[in-house]
Amino acid sequence: MMEPVLLRNVGVPDGHQLATYEAGGGYQALAKALREHTPDEIIDLVKESNLRGRGGAGFPTGMKWSFVPKRVGKPKYLCCNADEGEPGTFKDRIIMERDPHQLIEGMAIGGYAIGAETAYVYIRGEYALAIRRLEQALAEAHAKGYLGKRILGSDFNFAVHIHCGAGAYICGEETAMLDSLEGKRAQPRLKPPFPAVEGLYASPTVINNVETLACVPHIVARGPNWFRSIGPDKSPGPKLYCLSGQVRKPGLYELPMGIPLRELVEERAGGPLPGRKIKAVIPGGVSAPVIPEHGLDVGMDFDSLAAAGSMLGSAGVIVIDDSTCMVKVATRIIEFFHHESCGKCTPCREGLNWVVKVLRRVEAGQGAPGDLEQLQALCKGIFGNTFCALGDGAAMGLRAALTHFEHEFVAHIEAGRCPFH
Amino acid sequence: MNMREKIEVAAARYPNQRSAIMPALLIAQKEHGHLPGPVLEEVADILGVERIWVYELATFYTLFRTEPVGMFHLQLCDNVSCMLRGSEDLLRHLEAVLGIKKDGTTLDGLFTLSTVECLGACEMAPVMQVGDDYCGGLDIARIDALLERLRAMAGQAIGADPATTAPPGE
Ligand SMILES: Cc1cc2nc3c(=O)[nH]c(=O)nc-3n(C[C@H](O)[C@H](O)[C@H](O)COP(=O)(O)O)c2cc1C
Ligand code: SF4
Ligand code: FES
Repeated sequence: MMEPVLLRNVGVPDGHQLATYEAGGGYQALAKALREHTPDEIIDLVKESNLRGRGGAGFPTGMKWSFVPKRVGKPKYLCCNADEGEPGTFKDRIIMERDPHQLIEGMAIGGYAIGAETAYVYIRGEYALAIRRLEQALAEAHAKGYLGKRILGSDFNFAVHIHCGAGAYICGEETAMLDSLEGKRAQPRLKPPFPAVEGLYASPTVINNVETLACVPHIVARGPNWFRSIGPDKSPGPKLYCLSGQVRKPGLYELPMGIPLRELVEERAGGPLPGRKIKAVIPGGVSAPVIPEHGLDVGMDFDSLAAAGSMLGSAGVIVIDDSTCMVKVATRIIEFFHHESCGKCTPCREGLNWVVKVLRRVEAGQGAPGDLEQLQALCKGIFGNTFCALGDGAAMGLRAALTHFEHEFVAHIEAGRCPFH
Repeated sequence: MNMREKIEVAAARYPNQRSAIMPALLIAQKEHGHLPGPVLEEVADILGVERIWVYELATFYTLFRTEPVGMFHLQLCDNVSCMLRGSEDLLRHLEAVLGIKKDGTTLDGLFTLSTVECLGACEMAPVMQVGDDYCGGLDIARIDALLERLRAMAGQAIGADPATTAPPGE
């Protein structure tokens, strides 16, 4: 069993307080970074570690940081993506509630590396406890000189502000988040320019997920080789897996990247509910294509899941058993994307509206022959033709459900009712 | 601090006033319970920004409410992980015991019932948000106990008979 890294203070009484964090070596990495390394050296360390972003796409973090221009005559910004709207995902909430200093230390090191003096944590407004804990932690860190002016006697100044979201999934998309931070409706921006060059207030900006930033102090403290020694070389490190749905022990599990999905679900999370069999698993939040039971022997890392036709995404693992109708699950997922579509582009706004209507009809037993072909055609019209990845995620998810569970869709249409009711 | 002062403190965190609209609306909503037109205009005036910018945000984001809600806003998650753990049955039960449909408010003004997208607490599914708090691992018995507790809280907060109390959010 891997020693807990990201979750080491979770479950410890007062794990969210500065004293606990410091007793475990907290803020030593920040001190070391400021004392022993230049900003470029920190970027190199993170590059060597091969840390890949935990927000969904798996983009190499060190490389993202290195895209920030060195001299621009404008302030630079660091934004922490704590919007966590992907259904099935709750890892960032737990870090912020139980060990917020880990995130703050990671942000301070990240800010030093890219030359930012101001950072915003964009956190979803529903997370009242996480917001409160983060506020307390920021005040503690400030009082101890880990934030503020001339941090730990260095020349580095860094302030972190909290910005609360107000319930829109699209704010998790990084450029929509920037618009939201600027006080506009959250809609994705055209890229390029990429945020690293022109982001918040048209200044260079790095946007990183909570878990990504929480890895940074450990990389600085223990070195990139230690990080690389965990899991597969191409996507290494400790990883948080969110287990939910029809499984005996839902919860947050920290294990190496690349752990087999079957082991995660059947052994660590206790397997299916009594008397049930696993039918399918969504491995990375509802944007990730569903995997049927026979496909569970796949490694939980960016590359293995992509090769298997799905994705690691947010590592929100949702387990579905044989009592559940897949048409219903697919309908609910598309209803979500339809509800959350920002409306900027037609294939997503109109296409998902149409898909929802057909799916609801099929689920209710009023489907017609030809509906499945129409759904396939709609997926084709959406996939690859939308402004941001929300539309793609919806189309990919539906396509996988139609491919792996075609018989359930057909059964609805032929029987004129749901075979599960 | 009054609302204006709170908004001014929040606005100081940003290099421009427009960024402060969202935090300002959250402050105003806490203060007023919901965001009717005059409150939106007040926020615009405090920040010195275009009113249309404020309207734009108040209607885009789902946490902003332009209509009043009951004293307790029951927000049941019905996304996939909660659905797989029975949120549909809980919704039917809540509608039956409260005598309202989804999106309705009870006559006594105590409860508004809504469904929401994933609350980010799927490990405790099925989950409901009540005010700032999350209630997880729900079943029918727990829901009944929770309603009981909320009714008692309302009685303590504003007198014996909830039917005679002030309208919600005031
Ligand atoms: C529709 C949509 C929603 C997203 N939601 C989130 C989110 O809630 N949290 C997150 O960290 N990234 C989310 N992302 C990914 C971000 O755009 C971005 O890639 C990520 O925050 C970068 O951080 P990382 O490099 O540390 O992974 C979302 C992307 C899309 C297209
Ligand atoms: S794909 Fe959907 S969410 Fe993304 S920009 Fe288009 S309408 Fe908005
Ligand atoms: S699906 Fe209900 S909290 Fe995530």
